[in-house]
Formats: sequence, C-alpha cells, structure tokens
Amino acid sequence: MSSYRKRCQPLVNRNPEDGSGLNAGEPMSLNVHEIQKHFPGLNQQVHGNRLVYLDSAATTQKPVAVMDAVDSVYRQDCANVHRGVHTLSERATARFEGVRKVVAGFLGISDSREVIFTRGVTESMNLLANTLCHLDSGFQPGDEILISSLDHHANIVPWQLISEKMGTVLKVIPCDDAGELILSDLDQWISEKTRVVSVGHVSNAIGTVNDIDTIFAEARKVGAITILDAAQSAPHMSISPKNIDCDFLTFSGHKTYGPTGAGVLWGKREILDRMPPWQGGGDMIRTVSFEESSFAETPWKFEAGTPDIAAVIGLGAALEFLDSIGRDKVCSHETRLLQKIESALKSMDGVNVVGEPSLRACCVSFTLDGVHPHDAATIMDQNGVAIRAGHHCAMPLMKRLGLPATIRASVGMHNDEADVEALLQSVEAVREIFA
Amino acid sequence: MSSMRELYQEMIIDHSRSPRNHKKLDNPDLSARGHNPLCGDEIDMEVKRGEGGVLSEIGFEATACAICTASASILTETLKGKSEEDARAIFHRFHSTVTGEVEDPYPSDLMKLEVFTGVKDYPSRVKCATLAWHTLIQALDENNGEASTE
Repeated sequence: MSSYRKRCQPLVNRNPEDGSGLNAGEPMSLNVHEIQKHFPGLNQQVHGNRLVYLDSAATTQKPVAVMDAVDSVYRQDCANVHRGVHTLSERATARFEGVRKVVAGFLGISDSREVIFTRGVTESMNLLANTLCHLDSGFQPGDEILISSLDHHANIVPWQLISEKMGTVLKVIPCDDAGELILSDLDQWISEKTRVVSVGHVSNAIGTVNDIDTIFAEARKVGAITILDAAQSAPHMSISPKNIDCDFLTFSGHKTYGPTGAGVLWGKREILDRMPPWQGGGDMIRTVSFEESSFAETPWKFEAGTPDIAAVIGLGAALEFLDSIGRDKVCSHETRLLQKIESALKSMDGVNVVGEPSLRACCVSFTLDGVHPHDAATIMDQNGVAIRAGHHCAMPLMKRLGLPATIRASVGMHNDEADVEALLQSVEAVREIFA
Repeated sequence: MSSMRELYQEMIIDHSRSPRNHKKLDNPDLSARGHNPLCGDEIDMEVKRGEGGVLSEIGFEATACAICTASASILTETLKGKSEEDARAIFHRFHSTVTGEVEDPYPSDLMKLEVFTGVKDYPSRVKCATLAWHTLIQALDENNGEASTE
C-alpha cells in the first residue's frame, strides 16, 4: 500500500509558504470556503435549491484562473503555434510550450519533452495502443496485454481494437466482492508473453485505489511496458513517475479542473523516441515530399495538426491552481469527506455502499433498495444535488458486481460538510418518494 | 418536492414495483430487445398475435428504472387486443405527448398514459418512458430486431 503513502508526499512544493492564503490553521487543512469563491459555477441554484456538485469524476467545475487563461488566449494571443514569426504566434507558442514545463513540475519530472498533449486519457490510450503495437519487433499474435477489471472503457476498448488487428490477447486482473483487484496470483496473468500492462490508478466507478506498485513490479520482471491511467488520481493526490515506476502515465485535463479538450500523456523519453508517430499531418513533420516525410522529434511527432491551444493553456492554469492549494491538502480534505459519506450511507437502512476498498479516493458508489439509480438521480437533482447514475463507463465491472448501475457521489476540492449533508438529505427524499 | 410527486405518481411506483405481464411468453410470434446505452436499461418485448393479427398478448422482461418499467407495464395493458395499426397510432400519440409536442388530453381509453406526461420536463428521462414503446414497434417492424434510444 505504499502508493497511498506516496500520494500524500509533496512532489513539487511550488508554493512552500502556501502564498495562496488558503491555508486556515493546521498544516493539512484547507479553507474550503475560500476555495469555493474560485468556482463561480457553484454559485447557482438548481430547481430552487443550492447546487451541490458531486460529479467531479465526470468533469470538474472550473476555477476562474482557468477561465481567465482561456479567455486571454482568444482575446490577446489568438494565433497558431509553432509556425508564425509574428508576435501573436510567438506569444501563443511560448504560452503553449510553457505548459509542458508546468506539467513537468506537476509530475515531478525534469524533461518537459516527455510531455505529450492529447485530448485526454482516451486519446492517450489510443495513441499508445496504435504505436506500441509497432514498437521494435511489434506485437506478435499470442502476445498479451493486461488490464484490470476496474478499468474505464478508455483502458479497455483501444486494447480490444488493437488486439483484433494484431492477434494479441487481452487479459484482465479480476477483482473481489470488495472491489479490490486480486493480486495474490498475479503470475497467472503476467508472463513472458505480456507486452503491456495498463491499469487505472483509481477506479472511477467505485473509488478503489489500486496497489499499482505491486502490479508494475511484476510487469517489470517480464519486461512489459507499464501504463498508468491516472485520470482519477491526478485531481486527488500527488502522482509522479519518480514515485510510481511506470513507462507511461496519462490524465485528462477536464477532470483536473482544466478545460475539456486537453490532456497529458507522459512517457519515458527512450521509449517515446523509438515509437513511430501515430496521426500524420501538420506540425508533426520535419520535411515532407510526395515520396516520403521525416518526422519531428519527441514530443511533437505525436501532436499532429493544430492542437486545442486554449485548452492546453487552460490546463496549465488548472495545474498551477491545484498545486497552489496543495494536492496533499486536497487529498486529506477529500478523504475526510469520502469517509463521512461512506459511513453515513452505511448507517442508513436500505442503502448499500458498493465495494469496500481498503483505500478510497474520488468517489463513493451506492445503490438504494427498490430504487433504480436513474430514478434516484432525477429526484436528487430536484434537490440541487448533481450525482452520476449509470454504469460509469465500466460495464464489465458492473457485470462483475451484478449491478446494472450505481449512484456515484464524487468529490472535488470545493465540496464541504454542507454538501455531504445535502447529499444525505436528497437520499432521504428519494426514499420518501419510493417509500 | 411536488414536481417529483407529479413525476413519480402512485401509478408509476405501483407499476414499477409490480409490473403487469412481466413474463416470458410461450412461443411468441414477435420479439425485440431494447437498450438505452445512456443508463444501461434493457428490455425484452414479446408479442403473440391473435385472430386478425391483433396483439393478443404482450410480455416483457426489463432491468430498468421505475419510469421505463412502469411504461412497459402500462403498454402491455394498453395495447393488448389492439391491431398493429392502432398500436402504431397509440405509440405516435404517446411519443408526441411525452416529448411535449402535443398538449391535448388523451382520449378516455388512453387516460392511463397521462401519468407519464410529466416526463416532458425531464428530457433525459423521455427515453426511459419511450424505450418499451420503441422496442415494441421494433418487434412489429422486424422480428428479433434491436431497438436503441441512441
């Protein structure tokens, strides 16, 4: 369980004095009321009730700093990157490339050229599946790719598609009834045939924090490439390739307080340099003739076409914002809230918390006796409480747990005790209707 | 909460808890499977035809929310004994009402469908109310077909 301890170790203390002024008292506490002021989207009523946003795992609300960054791109620095010599293009390029350094700081790595901008984890996984299959001698029929039963569709479908093409076999680490991956017989799943081990850090559906160190250690023994889907850990805890020994790590900007449309793929330089490009087009080439093209260097060879420049710049602002609050403080604050939600729900009759992971982040999933999650979601929304009902893009996991759907309350840094109280009241309201 | 009471009227709660005709039919003449990818609702509809092609028996099995289940249950009662042509016309009327296109009250023989009218204010739930109906129409159009709300 060392990953959990690591996640509360500061990686980059870019703001040692916590100059954001958000620190109220004890070192690990976070002034949530000050934080809420950064999120104008929270300040509204839904069906006449205060909005209680508990769907950050789907996408986070955005802080003003992010909106301002995006706005200023279009107001002042609207130009394409990497091609103009005019002032606006220089400024846009400098801001865009500057975000690579921000991401490097966020991940605690030294080489910002290991940072590739994608649209998010889904695109990162598609990039990896479609390029790793041709790395060195390429995937051979019968080679294996290992994922986990807790994974999001983004870490399932790209590997299925590539397996259909290359004849590779997709293997899945199973989970137990508590929603924990079964790691006692990992050697059953990892062998000399294993080429890639790609696992989610935190389950978006039930909140399990996976023991990725154990999985990746086993993968390294056979020389498999290791990939961490950090979509649901990056917003909630400190993560770094320095502490988590993996070859690739990816997260989505929009789940980390940034705009939709930009995400990050980090990879080890020596592997990235050997990988073929994925999409072809503008921006990723060195020279082009009709006979052949030569490609730009890492990371640009993976970034074909005009990127979502404003979203990337907004992502930079989001990561700086998150670190100005301090991910360790966010982590302990959210962990406290999740514990409250979990224990309160467990004390209610007819409420079933789904999974009982020993380490939890991101969310609590639950069901109500005799009430379909979708009906619950409509009634809770009427109370101003935004939660997600459904399969959470993890249909194989839902099948394993024998559930068509769950109700998921996922937290962000701005949630507080009043939100927990509102959640519980809205659950009571559902039970009243279905009493 | 009054609007929620309006959406989840007693009849909807009752039909979702004790759905009528929630069963597999022996030797159905028509069947179809419906699926709502958004929420994962699944429904199997089966139909037996009687004299003159009327829908003499309709059965369904569903893993679905209260609105979808109640809608399927009330569908089986409403369309039993109807001709295919009438069934299509009733579907059309029901669809127009739950999407808010038509505001006229239902004729007296279809008054039961009135309980779903509140759905029009919840666009994401309209598909729940109409899934069973789309599935039935799919069975009429193409036996053993699949209907999807997307």
